[in-house]
Amino acid sequence: MTLNTSRREFLKGAAAAGAVLVVGLRPDGALAAGDGAAQINPFVKIGSDGRVIAVVKHFEMGQGPATGLSTLIAEEIGVGMDQIGYEFAPSNPELYANLAFGQFQGTGGSTAMANSFMQYRNAGAAARAMILDAAAQSFGVDAGTLDIVDGVVTGADQSAPLGDFVATASQLQAPAEPVLKTPDQWRLIGNPDIRRLDGAIKGNGSAMFAMDVYLPNQMVVMLARPPQTGGLVAGFDDSDAQSIKGFIRAATLPNDAAVAVYAENTWAAMQARDALRVDWDLSAAETRDSAQIKAEILAALDGDAEYNVLNTEPGPMDQAAQVIEQTFYFPLLAHAPMEPLNCTIEADADGGVTLHDGAQMPTGPHMALAQIFELPMDKVRINTMLAGGSFGRRATPSADYQVEAALAFVITDRTRPVKLVWSREDDVRGGYYRPAFGHKVRVGLSAEGDIVAWDHRIAGQSIMKGTPFESVLVHDGVDHSSVEGVSDTPYTIPGFHVGLTDTKKATSTLWWRSVGHTHTAYAMEVMMDAAAQAAGRDPVEFRLAHLGDSPDAVRKAAVLKLAAEKADWGNAPAGRVQGVAVHKSFGSFVAEVVEISGAADSGVKIEKVTCAVDCGIAVNPDVIKAQIEGGVGYGIGHAMRDEITLTGGVVDQSNFPDYEPLRIRDIGAIETHIVPSAEPPTGIGEPGTPPSAPALANAIAQAGPVVALLPMVNDGVRFA
Amino acid sequence: MSFVLKLNGVEHEVDAEPGTPLLWVIRDELKMTGTKFGCGVASCGACTVHVDGLPMRSCQTYVDDLDGAEITTIEAIGATEAGAAVQQAWQELDVAQCGYCQSGQIMSAVGLLTENPKPSVDEIHDYMDGNACRCATYQRIRAGIQRASEIMES
Repeated sequence: MTLNTSRREFLKGAAAAGAVLVVGLRPDGALAAGDGAAQINPFVKIGSDGRVIAVVKHFEMGQGPATGLSTLIAEEIGVGMDQIGYEFAPSNPELYANLAFGQFQGTGGSTAMANSFMQYRNAGAAARAMILDAAAQSFGVDAGTLDIVDGVVTGADQSAPLGDFVATASQLQAPAEPVLKTPDQWRLIGNPDIRRLDGAIKGNGSAMFAMDVYLPNQMVVMLARPPQTGGLVAGFDDSDAQSIKGFIRAATLPNDAAVAVYAENTWAAMQARDALRVDWDLSAAETRDSAQIKAEILAALDGDAEYNVLNTEPGPMDQAAQVIEQTFYFPLLAHAPMEPLNCTIEADADGGVTLHDGAQMPTGPHMALAQIFELPMDKVRINTMLAGGSFGRRATPSADYQVEAALAFVITDRTRPVKLVWSREDDVRGGYYRPAFGHKVRVGLSAEGDIVAWDHRIAGQSIMKGTPFESVLVHDGVDHSSVEGVSDTPYTIPGFHVGLTDTKKATSTLWWRSVGHTHTAYAMEVMMDAAAQAAGRDPVEFRLAHLGDSPDAVRKAAVLKLAAEKADWGNAPAGRVQGVAVHKSFGSFVAEVVEISGAADSGVKIEKVTCAVDCGIAVNPDVIKAQIEGGVGYGIGHAMRDEITLTGGVVDQSNFPDYEPLRIRDIGAIETHIVPSAEPPTGIGEPGTPPSAPALANAIAQAGPVVALLPMVNDGVRFA
Repeated sequence: MSFVLKLNGVEHEVDAEPGTPLLWVIRDELKMTGTKFGCGVASCGACTVHVDGLPMRSCQTYVDDLDGAEITTIEAIGATEAGAAVQQAWQELDVAQCGYCQSGQIMSAVGLLTENPKPSVDEIHDYMDGNACRCATYQRIRAGIQRASEIMES
């Protein structure tokens, strides 16, 4: 090995000075690079010690982007997963926008990998090219003769750690169009043995969630909120709270939405809040019972639909050999992420503020805080922490809990940081639910048992109307999230009519893992089974017969066939029955076969779930499997026994004893098979959820009733 | 009021009101954040610690009832044979997703394996039923306990 000694010594000197190469995008979208002083916000930072840091623009709620985006960077540069770390990007919608959301930084719609795949690979590839150019100068060879393997630049009989070239590389121009590695060169992308980068810290207690922020001299704030949506504070009495050690004070928030209780610690805040007596102005509050809300939704399924969403050649329903009909109901559901909502705000020395938050959509709270504190955007900083689950809850268009914390902070003298903590009761009762929905479906079958007409009515509360997403996701009055999974189904359905009616606002609603697909997949897939049964046909064969040759239909059929094959469809062991469902959501296709023992009246036990997924290129196969496993559990657990109900507008449930999570004994083995694909990556955080509940329902219906009114325990199903 | 807590082998003098849950002493006073707040009513298990070797829900264990007790949290459980085995298995299988419940899952799993080094699936279900995971990582928790059992045996 020969070394250019003087050059090497120079590089070592630069290394000692802590040189760093950063590669990312300029606001105009062009790749850019530089040293630590460069005016870009990077996707990758490489220190002269060779340590690579991926700057992850998506938050980590367990769905894996910290590992996934790091994998892309590591792959393109040529370092091992033990040579890369990650940090979360600052909040800056110009530089870290979600490409699927426009000028908005955030995570949702299962878009993290889909919108980052090329960005992060390009940044990694640019960094690689610059390091190779710097090394080529040093070695006195052509860059094309060099490679980076496990963080070492090798070629032309020379080698050196890539960190040696960081100082020189940081002075070079980023290539406009870096050369990406080809799939045959991938060592990390698609490798099932890659472990999560956050695995170790999540096993030894050192992972830092927002709840774990303890700033010097901080106060803990808990809020007394009105018992019903729409209530306001009329007054309060804190005389009983005064005697609680650690209680500081209570104050009504500037928007009258709640009373803030300030305390020295969490336990004092909890007790003081309990001791508070609040008078509420409930004149504008919701006062309905959930039975009434349900009746209103079901009534809206009859008569003329408010919106005619789809009408392909009015179907010959009256000429069908037989017509089957089913009405479905889906209740309000809470997200109940494991980490109760919380965030901390502190004043910065320059007059700005910093928010410490498991921020799912940082741009929302960023703008809200800038407004509340009357600060320019660059004086509001967001420190994104790990999030203990979210399932959508940490991404409200109103930035609800961050605004609460900001309002609680803005009325103090701002010398003490404010940590807002929600209890589990606050969470379960706190609104922002999956809206309740009803579906009424009539399917006409020909004498041969094929679908000839499908009349599908949907009623429920729009999620997107009145939010910043309305302009993108609501067209001609139709909130796409109310009908997604029905109106865009890949099934071949002649005489297809879809009608939608928005119902009156009952409570605040929000996207909940898989959004509209939470109910549309259930209605579609339970009806497909009911139709197959009426036609005397096998549910898998019946579905395949209604999947044509469109690209989506072909991919949907492929996962269905794979799941059926792996589940040994049609040959369930003695004492067991199977149900199947398949659904496209967030660009991905998932089929699931649920195998149960027992029956609806004697007690159903979920023995096994076999899944097949096509989400394009599988970047981290084991993360994909984990997301399918979790998505199945999330869908099935709620469908089994959960609902939020209201009495006089007050939420009846309060905590896990009456909003019972799926437990370990509830579900057997989940097996996931990934369809090899060269298509761009699509969603994985959500697509596992939609088919799970209908597959369970279809298994139950094999030897029992069609379960159409959720949760299942309300419709005659017992679980073992 | 002043209490002495022996936690992870170290005695800490803490100032807390009688009736304060151990969870809030560990987190708010000692600033050890591995033990998590999930429900406050002993219904999710995220706050599980060991008291004299047995898993307890720290949200329903009170500071005044711990005189002389040996308390172990997730930060120190790796020093035990079962703790090290469970942490290794958890990483091998990538059990955690969001990870927020996993301190409690691991503390319960260690309690199970210490008591019963080769638990059956039913025994795993019985013991772990009080530890909720909203990410539904249950099948990996089950497999992780079985894998930890193998590690301990070898």
